[in-house]
Amino acid sequence: MIAIQTENLTKSYKNRIAVNNLNLSVNHGELFALLGINGAGKTTTIKMLSCLVKPTKGDALILGNSIVSNPFKVKEIINVAPQEIAISPNLSVRENLELMAQLYGNDRKSSKEKVNEIIFSFGLMNVAGDKASILSGGWKRRLNIAMALISEPQVLFLDEPTIGLDVFARRELWSVIKEMKGRVTIMLTTHYLEEAVSLADRIGIMVKGELKEVGTAKELMEKTGRESFEDAFIAISSDRGAYI
Amino acid sequence: MMKTIAFATRNSKELVRDKLSLIFGIGFPVILLLLLTAIQSNVPVELFVIDQLAPGIAVFGLSFISLFSGLLIAKDRTSSFILRLFISPLTSSNFIFGYTFPLLPMAILQIIVCFAVSFVLGLTVSINVLLAIIVLIPAAILFIGIGLLFGSLFTDKQVGSVCGALLTNLTAWLSGTWFDLDLVGGLFKKIAELLPFVHAVEAGRAAISGDYSAVLPHLWWVIGYAVVVMYIAIIVFTKKMSSNNN
Repeated sequence: MIAIQTENLTKSYKNRIAVNNLNLSVNHGELFALLGINGAGKTTTIKMLSCLVKPTKGDALILGNSIVSNPFKVKEIINVAPQEIAISPNLSVRENLELMAQLYGNDRKSSKEKVNEIIFSFGLMNVAGDKASILSGGWKRRLNIAMALISEPQVLFLDEPTIGLDVFARRELWSVIKEMKGRVTIMLTTHYLEEAVSLADRIGIMVKGELKEVGTAKELMEKTGRESFEDAFIAISSDRGAYI
Repeated sequence: MMKTIAFATRNSKELVRDKLSLIFGIGFPVILLLLLTAIQSNVPVELFVIDQLAPGIAVFGLSFISLFSGLLIAKDRTSSFILRLFISPLTSSNFIFGYTFPLLPMAILQIIVCFAVSFVLGLTVSINVLLAIIVLIPAAILFIGIGLLFGSLFTDKQVGSVCGALLTNLTAWLSGTWFDLDLVGGLFKKIAELLPFVHAVEAGRAAISGDYSAVLPHLWWVIGYAVVVMYIAIIVFTKKMSSNNN
């Protein structure tokens, strides 16, 4: 079953094309990593798929629902952990999670139950009553993802979820993400190539708004004739077609 | 409805937990009330008589509600948290009511605190004060609308300047609270009478003095402004929301 299907998805601004005719499909339960250097179009793609930005041309179906004609339905079944920490600063960790649960239609009782579950699964027990603004970067990042998951989305977009985290916090988040694999369809953007290799079922590489290659890390290395994924990524992203 | 309540609850908590703004917003009008009453007790002429002063300070205090609402919206707009809200299945009406609902009880509380302190300073306890509180509710809605409008248009720093400095001063000078507008007269008085602030104060004063027939002529001005400002604020807020999608 296909969870995300884009059809010539395009976003152009006055002087530049941010995403150009993106055609991509992601299967249900798959973890798909979208890679590219800065300005490649990854975040714009996620913003379009999460109905934050309207495409200039084309469309995308999220579990059969169009982001253009039925964005409200799409919003009900997806969630996003944005690149920036998106929390309500004066609310506690628990209150932030309860707010998100209720905004997605849960009543108070079921919200509390869900919050208790997610606090436990994200290891947030010790900071549950703390104001979000005073949390360390690692805890904030963890809360940022937990707030996206509390609505039990069928499709989850993680936009550079581990940026700025130390190696321990990053590894912990990896294990959380791995645990979700298979249940939730995940689209992940990251600048950490080892993160994509470790977590993703398939990887797509965007260059100047276009999807250049899609495949497993191994397939992309074979295709470019490189022995490391980093070399394969550089070869594809260098825009010279040297690997072909 | 549940989504609106959840969002409104969040906004109440954000407002109430910003202690400094809260203390300043409620405390500053009270300090002014005490100060001006102290001045009155030491001058031979009637400058700041409490039954005239109390509705004026109550209206002046409401300008801080604009500051609160403007700051909350502007801070949300310029923070990443708004991304999460825009991604969620919240509608424009969820947003507007969610921002407006928590401010109304705060505004009413502010008016009540102002009159409660005025009782201590000699204001006669009567049913007319209750009427004055009710009469000032349209003014509260007007100031909430101004905050919603400015919060939709400006950054939090700009809201601080526009609402914190400009609006509070406009409210103070053009409401006839500090001095009788007849003393200045001319263009100043005409401008003041075209704006809603003096009418809000006069409606409150008429209610307190029991001159009920004088309430409505002033109140219509305030209600008119409140409706127009709220309407413009909703249009601007909704447009700003959709422009984020382009």
